[in-house]
Amino acid sequence: MQALNFTTPPPFDPVAEALRHDVRQFLAVEMHDRTPHQRAESWSGNDPAFSRKMGERGWIGMAWPKRYGGHERTALERYVVLEEMLAAGAPVGHHWVADRQSGPNILRNGTEAQREQILPRIAAGECSFCIGMSEPDSGSDLAAARTRAQRVQGGWLVNGTKVWTSGAHRADYMILFCRTGAKSEGDRHAGASQFLVDMNQARGGGMTVRPIIDMRGAHHFNEVAIGDLLLPDDALLGQEGDGWNQVTAELAFERSGPDRFLSAFTLLVEAVRALGPTAPERAAVAIGRLTSHILALRRLSRSVAGMLQAGEDPALQAALVKDLGNVLEQETVKVVRLLVDVEPSEEDGSPPLIAVLAHLVMTAPSFSLRGGTREIMRGIIARGLGLR
Amino acid sequence: MSDQLADSAERLFAANTGKAVIRAAEDGTFPQALWDAVTEAGFTAALLPEHTGGYGTTVMEAMALLQIAAAHAAPIPLAETMLAGWLLAQAGLSVPEGVLTLAPVRVRDVLTLRRSGDVWHLTGTASRIPWARDAAAIVVLAEGPNGPAVALLCPDGFTLSHDRNLAGEPRDTITIDAMLAADAVAPSPLAPAQLRAAGAAVRTVQIAGALSRALSLSVQYAQTRVQFGRPIGKFQAIQQNLAILAGHAAAAVAAADMAADALANGLDPLLVGAAKARAGEAASVAAGLAHQSHGAIGFTQEYELHFATRRLWSWRDEFGNEAEWNGVVGRAVLAAGPDGLWPALTAA
Ligand SMILES: Cc1cc2nc3c(=O)[nH]c(=O)nc-3n(C[C@H](O)[C@H](O)[C@H](O)COP(=O)(O)OP(=O)(O)OC[C@H]3O[C@@H](n4cnc5c(N)ncnc54)[C@H](O)[C@@H]3O)c2cc1C
Repeated sequence: MQALNFTTPPPFDPVAEALRHDVRQFLAVEMHDRTPHQRAESWSGNDPAFSRKMGERGWIGMAWPKRYGGHERTALERYVVLEEMLAAGAPVGHHWVADRQSGPNILRNGTEAQREQILPRIAAGECSFCIGMSEPDSGSDLAAARTRAQRVQGGWLVNGTKVWTSGAHRADYMILFCRTGAKSEGDRHAGASQFLVDMNQARGGGMTVRPIIDMRGAHHFNEVAIGDLLLPDDALLGQEGDGWNQVTAELAFERSGPDRFLSAFTLLVEAVRALGPTAPERAAVAIGRLTSHILALRRLSRSVAGMLQAGEDPALQAALVKDLGNVLEQETVKVVRLLVDVEPSEEDGSPPLIAVLAHLVMTAPSFSLRGGTREIMRGIIARGLGLR
Repeated sequence: MSDQLADSAERLFAANTGKAVIRAAEDGTFPQALWDAVTEAGFTAALLPEHTGGYGTTVMEAMALLQIAAAHAAPIPLAETMLAGWLLAQAGLSVPEGVLTLAPVRVRDVLTLRRSGDVWHLTGTASRIPWARDAAAIVVLAEGPNGPAVALLCPDGFTLSHDRNLAGEPRDTITIDAMLAADAVAPSPLAPAQLRAAGAAVRTVQIAGALSRALSLSVQYAQTRVQFGRPIGKFQAIQQNLAILAGHAAAAVAAADMAADALANGLDPLLVGAAKARAGEAASVAAGLAHQSHGAIGFTQEYELHFATRRLWSWRDEFGNEAEWNGVVGRAVLAAGPDGLWPALTAA
């Protein structure tokens, strides 16, 4: 029963705990004027200056080799930085995707030139990435992607449409997943590849990024129309035709971290603030329940970090943690709103708890969609159980 | 734990625990052969320091053994014997052979110890005592004149009325009126709340074991039961339910890890409480899903799912249910306040 094999998380480590102390001191200074409402943005919060400061501290690309700007620290040390940032509601959005999945993908599959050119900039907090996977007719069914790159003189010519592309309007690069060949008989995963797209060039010609405003009124994701975009030969990432394996590995990075269960943490903090130590027993029990879930998830999630460090493939375990984590994040909203008699609002001047609650009521539905839906996660778990 | 230890435990329980043994135990026959095998393997002493009769196993390893025993629904007081010996050893009392158990286990049951010349007089009534009827001795945490004290109580010192939990495990009421020699009593290193936490920790581990069994039975059943021309495990609704079940089973294993950690490191109420509460919730959800995916067969006495689920429904309430422990956790984080919340979690 593969789904249950979570190795014991790495033990208490004085180096990691010293690092935790440093991170907390950094956050105490950098975050002192951020409102709870801003913190509620969690890893969607975007602040390039903040990312640069993290880069200066050596807290991006932490586990990568030094020759690519990394710091050769352990997965556990990296985990400590991630969870401290998330718990504080730090605006890590500018580098989050690059650090979490694009960088590791390039490290694994990129050419020496791609690594040297891009990884140090990510580690410096100066380079942001977006994820070019979903399309209008290809959501959960990623293999149905129709965007196509065709080999031409001097490179590749790309046509198609990507959608829900978070941060495409700001990102320096996209990792584009598309077709480069035909699906073969019986293998719909064949004939796909990944490309490194320089967004600053692409937006200048061949790519049109149109905002899609989310229901909260915010601009995070976009529609990306690609028409005769010419990519140079060296934009290919990894092997031509190996895109499916690469993207699957990238998704394991995408799903494996504490960002999959701490998105609503600011709401728990504000609830604790509002309820206070003399809260009624009913509230203590409810807050305790959310806390108990977080503690168990943190164990599981650190175990996944340890497995990544050990070079194992925790795709299945990551899916399981993501599903449990998304349920918890959404439960946090349901539970807290029944403990505090308030009407949520994000209008200017709303008190912190009211604004944070409103923010989370409106964003929580996305937690079990982005990065792969709840049903898809459960399908992956079922496969791990041997049912599919 | 070493794979070798786990393998030998797996083999031992597989060989000695079957439906017949469990049923006979529920009908009142103590599984002596199983107990002897477990004792001989040293499992009952797994929580004891070496100088008091242990074998040098770590707390983690002892808890892993317990988890395996629970996965097999071994109908024996392994957790109780481990824990009672552990308490005796900590109090500096020697650990007798045979079945041991603990009293009291309910919060309102208080046992009282008074000086009476050279000896001690122990009195009181305690309900739901695991395996009291089979115990060679009961390790009592009593209220003494100078605070909590540990006392070793032999069967001639109490009367007994039988009771059981939903899984048919003995949970007896004992009424004590006993004179105890001076060397059978020592000041307790643990407060009653800590003993309750220790009990919660071992039940958490057992829940994880029984839950893994409920999951594996459900998966096997879904792979073999055919309806509408295919194994029911091919239906997405079943797959999604079993994925949820697997998630709770994994959370329970994490909780068991937390519980073992706590038992080894001073029984932090936040950690034990979160563990027991999380495992209890997992037990409730998972048992329901396991039965749902089995259909009527799972509802029969003949089929073995209930050996796991009746234990889950019992153990989730023993040594504190989710409301009690979530309350403890909640109070702790509310006291820590908004700025202390996260540091409290990372320190747990
Ligand atoms: C906030 C946000 C940010 C995002 N950012 C990005 C991004 O940066 N880059 C990117 O590429 N994508 C991004 N996405 C897209 C995300 O990956 C997709 O939304 C997701 O993969 C689901 O695809 P879909 O929305 O087309 O839904 P669909 O796949 O159409 O699914 C609709 C419903 O059907 C269910 N369903 C589908 N297939 C099955 C099945 N086989 N079995 C059972 N149920 C099924 C789904 O679970 C869901 O409930 C983002 C999404 C959100 C919400």
